[in-house]
Amino acid sequence: MSAKTNVEIIYRHRLPIRIMHWTNVICFTILLMSGLNIFNAHTSLYFGKSSYNGKPAVLEIKAMQTSSGELKGVSSIFGYKFNTTGVLGASTGANGKLVARAFPSWSTIPGPKWLSMARHWHFFFAWLFVINGVCYVTYAFITKHVQRDLAVTKQDRATIWQSIKDHIRFKHDTGESAKRYNVLQKIAYLSVIFILLPLVILMGWAMSPFLNSLLPGWIDLFGGRQSARTIHFIVAWLLVGFVFIHVFQVIITGLWNNLRSMITGYFKIESSHAENK
Amino acid sequence: MMAHLPDRRKFFGRMLAGAGAMALAGCDKLSHSETFTKILSAGESLSHNAHRLLSTRKSMAQEFSEADLSPSFRSNGTSSPNSPDYHALAKNGFADWALEVGGLVEKPLKFSLTQIQQMPSRTQITRHDCVEGWSAIGKWKGTPLHEFLSLVKPKPEARFVVFYCADPMKADGTNFYYESIDMDDAYHVQTILAYALNDQTLPIKNGAPIRLRVERMLGYKQAKYLTRIELVKSFDHIAGGKGGYWEDTGYEWYAGI
Repeated sequence: MSAKTNVEIIYRHRLPIRIMHWTNVICFTILLMSGLNIFNAHTSLYFGKSSYNGKPAVLEIKAMQTSSGELKGVSSIFGYKFNTTGVLGASTGANGKLVARAFPSWSTIPGPKWLSMARHWHFFFAWLFVINGVCYVTYAFITKHVQRDLAVTKQDRATIWQSIKDHIRFKHDTGESAKRYNVLQKIAYLSVIFILLPLVILMGWAMSPFLNSLLPGWIDLFGGRQSARTIHFIVAWLLVGFVFIHVFQVIITGLWNNLRSMITGYFKIESSHAENK
Repeated sequence: MMAHLPDRRKFFGRMLAGAGAMALAGCDKLSHSETFTKILSAGESLSHNAHRLLSTRKSMAQEFSEADLSPSFRSNGTSSPNSPDYHALAKNGFADWALEVGGLVEKPLKFSLTQIQQMPSRTQITRHDCVEGWSAIGKWKGTPLHEFLSLVKPKPEARFVVFYCADPMKADGTNFYYESIDMDDAYHVQTILAYALNDQTLPIKNGAPIRLRVERMLGYKQAKYLTRIELVKSFDHIAGGKGGYWEDTGYEWYAGI
């Protein structure tokens, strides 16, 4: 008996999907970073219709002066304060000195505090992002990508518990089952595509005073304009969380193989067979 | 083999960090490029056109109840104009102040504060959304702009209404604040020249004696300390040519988003 590795190359991602994936990467990165620059113009988040309703802010990132005259970055969530000097509230600027700014310049587009420019970046790439997203969803339904590859099947539902255990142990699918998305992967993709992304877009629209007038009061369903701003911010970070897990999974399940499949489309499947002779 | 791994990791880490820094520097460079910012501003015209397509010109901004009022309506921008002329007028309760309405109209007119207060009024509780991200809710009372327009009779070629203000934006007392809106907003029922905030005479910090309220737009459109209104065909010849003080520094003329 000798073990032999069977290598099979499959065509995994079609060209439109690959293009839309990388367009999404660029758009999301720019939207996040220009969004942080916009946040820096008013560094508090609230729940409610207005910012000034007698209730304290939900989240605040501020700079304070210590008794010795040095800058200190202080972030507070529901009134609980944390010293975040160096990253949030106060971080080093171009001259190496601490300056007061909520998110550091290395995390924002453009780097300096520049609200009008950040808005230009944000709204341009928001359009690209939404158009790309609409193209993706349309394409994915027409080609039955959603129905065939993303829909959670009866069999998937039966393997959820096993899939959770496998993920915790970093055990990933090989051979025949690596040709399909596992159930947690499907749930993650579906929630991002059909819940988080539509929500982040909707909450962006909810901040536009003109779009508010299309159906006055519609944003109260989400608690009002300031709630919408807070939800927009939270969902953006949930998406960042997804990206981190996604990239982590890409790395541990074969970085080059995964990257190649999203660039050229081709994915290598290895399965070991025990040969009887 | 294993001994090389940390080095390799460090190398890739540095490569990534370096590539990231270069990309960021590139973004900053692009932000200063005229061609690129012109491309980016396509976003503004797309939004403006999409909003026009989606809505009627008369769509109403949300109005709120007394319970939603902000405990105090914060001041933003100028809180007291750096102008002796303005303060001389304020000292006298703006009795000598007058609002000029002219430009492309059949009959240019001047209105005193008392005259304006005797015209038909509208009271509305609305949300003020600053471009920075915060919102405050206030109760405004004022004269709808269309009341003025029906008296001065705009000429057919008038396309924008420009508002000139008493607050200089430069320390040397020059560069006065100004703003402009289109005729759709000018005739909108919620577009008022407000002289009262939360049932009190409009305070200086909020734009006394008269400020503009154009409720489907961001805060920078809500010009304070009005002195003169001019109907124009184009605002290219005014100040920086972009239709407003903040517009001249790079903000969008279309402030509905």
